Amino acid sequence: MNIPAIISGPHTHSRFSVTETMFMVMICLSPATAMGFYLFGWPALFLFAVTLASALVFEALCLMLARKPVHTYLFDGSALLTAWILAMTLPPWAPWWVAVVGAFLAIVVGKHVYGGLGQNMFNPAMVARAALLIALPVEMTQWIMPVDLAITPGFGEALAITFGTPPAVDAYSGASALGYVTAELSAGRPLSEIMGNSFDVKTLFFGNVSGSLGETSALLILAGGILLMAMRLITWHIPLSVLAGAATLSGALYLANPEAYPSPFWHLTSGAMMLTAFFIATDYVTSPASNLGRVIYGAAIGALIVIIRTFGSFPEGAAFAVLLLNGCVPLIDEYTRPRIFGRTRSGKPLEIADE
Amino acid sequence: MKLFSLSSLKRSTGYSIRGGVHPETRKHLAAGCAIEKLPMPKLLRVPLQQHIGAEAAPLVQRGDHVLKGQIIGKARGAVSANVHAPTSGEVIAVGPFTAPHPSGLPVATVTIRPDGEEKWGKRLPRLRPEDASADEIAKQVLEAGIVGMGGATFPSAVKLGLGKRYKLHTLIINAAECEPYLTCDDRLIQERPEDVADGIAIMAKALGTARVVIAIESNKPHAIEAMKRYIRQAGPGAEVMAVPTLYPMGSEKHLVQTVIGKETPARALTAELGVVVHNAATAQAVHKAVRYGEPLLSRILTVSGHGVERPANLEVLIGTPVSDILDHCGGLTGEPERLLLGGPMMGMPIQSLRVPVIKGTNGVLALTARETRRKESMPCIRCGKCVASCPCGLQPNELNLRIQSDDLDGAVDIGLMDCVSCGSCSFTCPSNIQLVQGFNYAKGRLAAKQSQKHQQEETKRLAEARTAREEAIAEAKRKAMAAHKAKQEAKKKAAAAKKAEAEAKAAAEAQADGAEAASQDAPQQPAATPTEAAE
Repeated sequence: MNIPAIISGPHTHSRFSVTETMFMVMICLSPATAMGFYLFGWPALFLFAVTLASALVFEALCLMLARKPVHTYLFDGSALLTAWILAMTLPPWAPWWVAVVGAFLAIVVGKHVYGGLGQNMFNPAMVARAALLIALPVEMTQWIMPVDLAITPGFGEALAITFGTPPAVDAYSGASALGYVTAELSAGRPLSEIMGNSFDVKTLFFGNVSGSLGETSALLILAGGILLMAMRLITWHIPLSVLAGAATLSGALYLANPEAYPSPFWHLTSGAMMLTAFFIATDYVTSPASNLGRVIYGAAIGALIVIIRTFGSFPEGAAFAVLLLNGCVPLIDEYTRPRIFGRTRSGKPLEIADE
Repeated sequence: MKLFSLSSLKRSTGYSIRGGVHPETRKHLAAGCAIEKLPMPKLLRVPLQQHIGAEAAPLVQRGDHVLKGQIIGKARGAVSANVHAPTSGEVIAVGPFTAPHPSGLPVATVTIRPDGEEKWGKRLPRLRPEDASADEIAKQVLEAGIVGMGGATFPSAVKLGLGKRYKLHTLIINAAECEPYLTCDDRLIQERPEDVADGIAIMAKALGTARVVIAIESNKPHAIEAMKRYIRQAGPGAEVMAVPTLYPMGSEKHLVQTVIGKETPARALTAELGVVVHNAATAQAVHKAVRYGEPLLSRILTVSGHGVERPANLEVLIGTPVSDILDHCGGLTGEPERLLLGGPMMGMPIQSLRVPVIKGTNGVLALTARETRRKESMPCIRCGKCVASCPCGLQPNELNLRIQSDDLDGAVDIGLMDCVSCGSCSFTCPSNIQLVQGFNYAKGRLAAKQSQKHQQEETKRLAEARTAREEAIAEAKRKAMAAHKAKQEAKKKAAAAKKAEAEAKAAAEAQADGAEAASQDAPQQPAATPTEAAE
């Protein structure tokens, strides 16, 4: 429909634009990202840079192919933010081509195939993460123990880790918290024995553990998330319901058998849970628009993450949980329309109550 | 964006409403400017359509001399309003002139050249509101041509007559003034609180409401203070309520919800809840009309925006061209990005400086690019800010999708007609999508479709009526023809019978004559006559 030139207001506008919103989210992501660089050294920084740069290249190519104005859209922040989140979920010492393939999957397959900004049904970063996890199970589970300063790879060595032939990283590698616990549990050991070492809740909370580039510090992600809410970029509905959904289910399991199921605190602080709650599930494009819908969507994601972690074959289920619920968003939106002013939920005018 | 607006920390009361936005109020530009009277303009252009409803019928011609307060346009129909000459002078034209409307289409306008004498014609008879009946007050307001001065311009007399049809308990005075920039109601209440209070008391009497609530947004402490000082004059059941500073607080149904905590059902009047809402400036106009017999000739408006040299609050005659107002305020600072009548959220862009201000014009704004913040539209990112900001509980993003794909019925299904066009969604949209623009366009399309449908049905009805009529005529003709034919036949027969009779007679005579001729045929002759008639 062709709508004619200005006939009605408003003739003023709030300060916020798409680009500013995207960059604000990136600011909120930076503490946890910086922590990743600090923990995992130069290779993490290189991997991050490669992910962002290749995402911009793919974005530009797609925009040109679609004959969209490249200068308007390329730096709107959406491609950068997608790549940023993807980078945070990668193993920090992964080779460069993993980042490039991931950026391709996110930007081309996850976003532009659907029609670009705002049109994609699934979270592009999670599309890439899930695809990488299935296609490259080895590269995607090479977890690095946080390097202490003595063994930090130097700049040249780091270049070799990211861009060259990977050296024997076994020296540094170890299991992630989720992988370790899953493996040990399936070996039949009780949790009280497994949890004796470095994967206790306190360490996970501060983040000095092996794991994805930007997912290790629950504290810093939480801080960024709270900042996000304080700036009113997101509402509390999705993060809180993700955490509540996960805590409720894992709490029930834990109460049933504390030797077989980790505590809710452990679930909340490990893996991608925090990042998912505040930064991934809250992606505007792929989440419901009404508050009630957001609560349903969030709670389902939280519960599903715990279900996949506990009963599934993958140690982490965040990407799959988010993608599954992304697919349900149109349905959720349809059934959680807000009530129209002066009408009942079914759309009939309100009755006038006599006093 | 301010994380916390100072005004929201000030004490405010009332029930909460959903949604709404906090645009920067920018009231400081004109809030400190006392009301000035604009010098007499060289020309006044008084449109005959300044209100919702039917256009007034012109009562003057070119060349007539009119006196101040003289009626020049007579209300037509139940919903319409009289129009009066704002000053004395000569009528130099009666005819179409650019309307104060974004379309810039012409509307019937009386152009008056003031003679500068301000000579009053006959005023309306003064009323003592203490003795006057509700009907008398409503009639006076009708005669005075008063319409809702908050911008809706619904004839006030109609709203004052609602007491007859509904059981009313509360009169709410809308002095929320939630539109940014506008300060005219604020200044009016600060400077003339006794007039406003008196008008409120008169309206409450006409409506028969025991309770009166004067609702002022919490960011206008001086007006709240002033009104509280004169609250006794507004009646025994009157109170001032500091309502939250939140756009669109001044929307009638949302203000009612804030004050009494009840939602007006869709498509119903607030009167069905026992509440009527009038504007503060309307109250002052009622005061003038009832106490002094003065029709509505002038109004107070705010001239503001960074595009104006000297922001001000002015009392201007109805029909004053926008150019005179801007000249008085030192002119424009440059080419404004947007020139508006009304507030920045719901005001109308105007194309020409020659258009006049009318009864509902509460502001003349010249906004710079820095103020309009107009940016290129981006695709919707489904952030849901429009849903959260909609005070009517709609999903503007979804409405927009349906309208863009020409699914008007689908848009109506999810509440297009419940949209009040407040603009909160467009204001807050980070992608700068012109949502309200699309909704208003769709509403217009639907109205056109409706009227087209009505027209088609009417045409069909008329065509069918015509066919029926023609058939009836044809039928009548056929019947007439048949009757005529039968008559002719009968005549013929009668003639034949007469002839036969005559022949028979003649024959009989002949027989009689020729009896002596001794013919035997004579008895057969009468027998032949019936046979002939039967043919």
